[in-house]
Amino acid sequence: MGAFVGKPIKRREDARFLKGAGKYTDDLKLHGMTQLAFVRSPFAHAKILSVDTSKALQAKGVVAVYTAADGCGEFGVPCGWQVDFKNGETMREPVHPLLAKDKIRHVGEAVAAVVAETLEEARDAAELVEVDYDPLPAVTDPEKAMSKDAPLVHDQWEDNAAFDWCIGNDRAEVEAALAGAHHVTEMEFRNQRLAPNAIEPRSYISDYDVNADKWTLYTSTQNPHLIRLLLCAFVLGIPEHKVRVVSHDVGGGFGSKIYHYTEEALVTWISREIGRPVKWTADRSEAFLTDAHGRDHMVRAKMGFDKEGKILGILSDEYCAMGAYLSTFAPAVPTYLHGTLFQGVYTTPLIHLNVTAPFTHTVPVDAYRGAGRPEATYLLERIISKGAQEMGIDAAEIRFKNFIPPFDGVNQEGYQTQVALQYDSGNYEATLKRGLEMLGYEDFRKEQEKARNNGNGKLLGVGISTYIEGCGIAPSAVVGALGARAGLYEVGQVRVQPTGKVSVYTGAHSHGQGHETVFAQFVADALGIPMDDVEIEHGDTEQVAFGMGTYGSRSLAVGGSAIIKSIEKILEKGAKIAAHKLEASEADLEYADGKWTVKGTDKSISFGDVSLTAYVPHDYPEGLEPGLDFSSFYDPTNFTYPFGTHIAVVEVDKETGKVDLKRFVACDDVGNVMNPMIVDGQIHGGIAQGVGQALLEEVIYDDQGQMISGSYMDYALPRADDLPMIETDRTVTPCPHNPLGVKGAGEAGAIGSTPAVVNAVVDALSHLGVTDIQMPLTPQRVWKAMQN
Amino acid sequence: MKISIKVNGVSHSHDIEPRISLAQYLREELQLTGTHIGCDTSGCGSCTILIDGDAVKSCTVLAVQADGCEVTTIEGMANGSGMHPIQEAFKEHHGLQCGFCTPGMVMTAAEIIKANPNPTEAEIRDGLKGNFCRCTGYHNIVKSIQHAAEQIQS
Ligand code: FES
Ligand code: FES
Repeated sequence: MGAFVGKPIKRREDARFLKGAGKYTDDLKLHGMTQLAFVRSPFAHAKILSVDTSKALQAKGVVAVYTAADGCGEFGVPCGWQVDFKNGETMREPVHPLLAKDKIRHVGEAVAAVVAETLEEARDAAELVEVDYDPLPAVTDPEKAMSKDAPLVHDQWEDNAAFDWCIGNDRAEVEAALAGAHHVTEMEFRNQRLAPNAIEPRSYISDYDVNADKWTLYTSTQNPHLIRLLLCAFVLGIPEHKVRVVSHDVGGGFGSKIYHYTEEALVTWISREIGRPVKWTADRSEAFLTDAHGRDHMVRAKMGFDKEGKILGILSDEYCAMGAYLSTFAPAVPTYLHGTLFQGVYTTPLIHLNVTAPFTHTVPVDAYRGAGRPEATYLLERIISKGAQEMGIDAAEIRFKNFIPPFDGVNQEGYQTQVALQYDSGNYEATLKRGLEMLGYEDFRKEQEKARNNGNGKLLGVGISTYIEGCGIAPSAVVGALGARAGLYEVGQVRVQPTGKVSVYTGAHSHGQGHETVFAQFVADALGIPMDDVEIEHGDTEQVAFGMGTYGSRSLAVGGSAIIKSIEKILEKGAKIAAHKLEASEADLEYADGKWTVKGTDKSISFGDVSLTAYVPHDYPEGLEPGLDFSSFYDPTNFTYPFGTHIAVVEVDKETGKVDLKRFVACDDVGNVMNPMIVDGQIHGGIAQGVGQALLEEVIYDDQGQMISGSYMDYALPRADDLPMIETDRTVTPCPHNPLGVKGAGEAGAIGSTPAVVNAVVDALSHLGVTDIQMPLTPQRVWKAMQN
Repeated sequence: MKISIKVNGVSHSHDIEPRISLAQYLREELQLTGTHIGCDTSGCGSCTILIDGDAVKSCTVLAVQADGCEVTTIEGMANGSGMHPIQEAFKEHHGLQCGFCTPGMVMTAAEIIKANPNPTEAEIRDGLKGNFCRCTGYHNIVKSIQHAAEQIQS
């Protein structure tokens, strides 16, 4: 281990954020900048009969007003993943227009864009746009959307299915195993719709330079290069090299800022039309109505067990909402990011998942922290606990019975699942053992018994979840075969300056993850130089050659590996220069502590001197190019598979049904850890979001398609007093197939925690015969469950 | 309407539209963009500042209402180029990730500690109820504020 890797180094980015000097998109003010406000539909489904912009055009400060009848009406944003029907029919892919043309398909869809000198003027004028709608019936529930009489979201197809899909063993085989099982546990529930709620609303500024015929798009995105590619090649048809995309500081993403949104394309188009910069920043209502949502699966599942509690098979039928249009990665979420995790950490021999993905009159659904994997984990971890409860087996014991035995992926092969993937390395029982120890499981059960008998009105419960997830989605060829329309590699450039200072350009993007610190830690260690000599650059397509951005906990596993590849090239070339200067053979050199030394001697040359020589190549190896600057593309050979155990302890108020989360214990294994402080922070944040889903959060649409949870008064985001201090520990099982041995930590918390909390509440009420409660576990639902 | 406000010790006078919020005024007129707008409806706390020493959500105060007041924003928390003990504590305890909620959190922390120099964990959590953070799960924010309170006391 080097000087920095593995240490809780304080973050470099903090000073600017703490002083209020962060540079978020909405903080920028360009010369001559105009402001954009949208006219959005109040109906979920309606015909647009007419749009009259004449009054708005007369209003004070208005620069322009656009509707679909203007040039932008021909453009639509694309979907980046294709999942075809089981029968071979191509995925149904409607145009997702920048502005709605004849028809509205969800509340909040934009009909007109008003550009004015100030935001107030743009908003005032937007009120003057008159739209005549003919409202139509809407459907927002994914299962109802597939009923015969459901209103069609897109009339060109005979039903609302975007695609259907299945994975795993033959259905009949799984059904036969369930039919012969000693016990079958059934579940039916809605994995409810969530709004990601990054606290920074989406914000875009496009600046078109008439003289250079070039655009700069400032955007709050998680992946600037991907946005540039989609915007240029698939939406506006403008040359990619004429567009610079800049994404400075971004105030959280959680998936919602991966996608290419209509507003992003529209500001870009408008800035050329008017020859002035245009800014649009969502307000919170617009964020609720237009940021891609997460989850929304209707699930019916069965798990079969033998007498001892060994799992014999699992079968699940699901309706997974897509929303009104297909967002960038939407089709991948309930399919390849979901079904492929149905093995969980268990030796389940037979698995079948069947998915129907309908359009609904709602905002599109796409990846939200965990994306498909929280949904898989929720089902597995709930149904195994429910099975244990029904069979009278302890929740920990049933897991120990079913775990895949430990394997490190080096001496033992990776574990081949029934659902396409091969796990890299894992030691699942170790995290559960540690988790139980941290909790004091035995003592807890005694305490629980006491609480049940002492009649103080409080019921205690404990819930376990032993999760696995797949991160760093790859390799490109494999995801391509599965329908991805992009490669999923990463790019890392290491530029050594003549003085030996190092600039690193990464295609990964930090929106809270602390890359500027963590990446500098391992780069400094790999080169044996001070961290202060390393600078990490990201978020600007003109600085960074290319990149795929940050999502799916991929930054270190994929982006970090690309940087390591470039460092290897730097050291290889550096050794040639060092050998020349030291008049030794390369084979006799070793590199450590920032210098090359001739083995067994005190003859050495420093990294800085070699760097200078590379740029002042007077006395230099023959035939070697000057300079010390390498770029690498890293395409991993497999996903990475972090795993762990989350245990929640809750206290339920018998009178009110209110759930109090008393303790939360997490033992995660994310492979090697570069900065434990930052990994813990990621785990804490993920857990808070997972707890939010379990207890508090839900996007609710009424039967007209109106969102009735579209503000912070109505959508319950977790607050500080909803959570306890989180007790964390970890085991370390390195990833065998990437150079840093890392697995990814961004989503683990959100994946493992939700079922732990629900299991705990059900456990608290188990003596009353309660076996399931629909999320979120509001006091009302919990109270009702106790009464039945 | 004409207003005069002292912000971070500097006096400003402007003629502004009465409907402009104080948050908007700070960001647009004074370019003090450290005060963030996460909801504009008093829900998230990102816009928290101090008016005459009390923490207030600046998206819900009209700039004209702050006429004659003394305002402190995140930019005015530190004396000179260093950091305030609360800011230091947030850095020390990793109390921030994306940084968007952070200015509001720091200002609210100032209020919590002012009202109660020795707050318990429960009191800190209670005091933070009006501020959302979607990144940290609050764990390290609570620790930061506990630590800041200790530092300020000693
Ligand atoms: S912006 Fe003021 S409370 Fe959210
Ligand atoms: S640090 Fe991102 S919202 Fe708090």
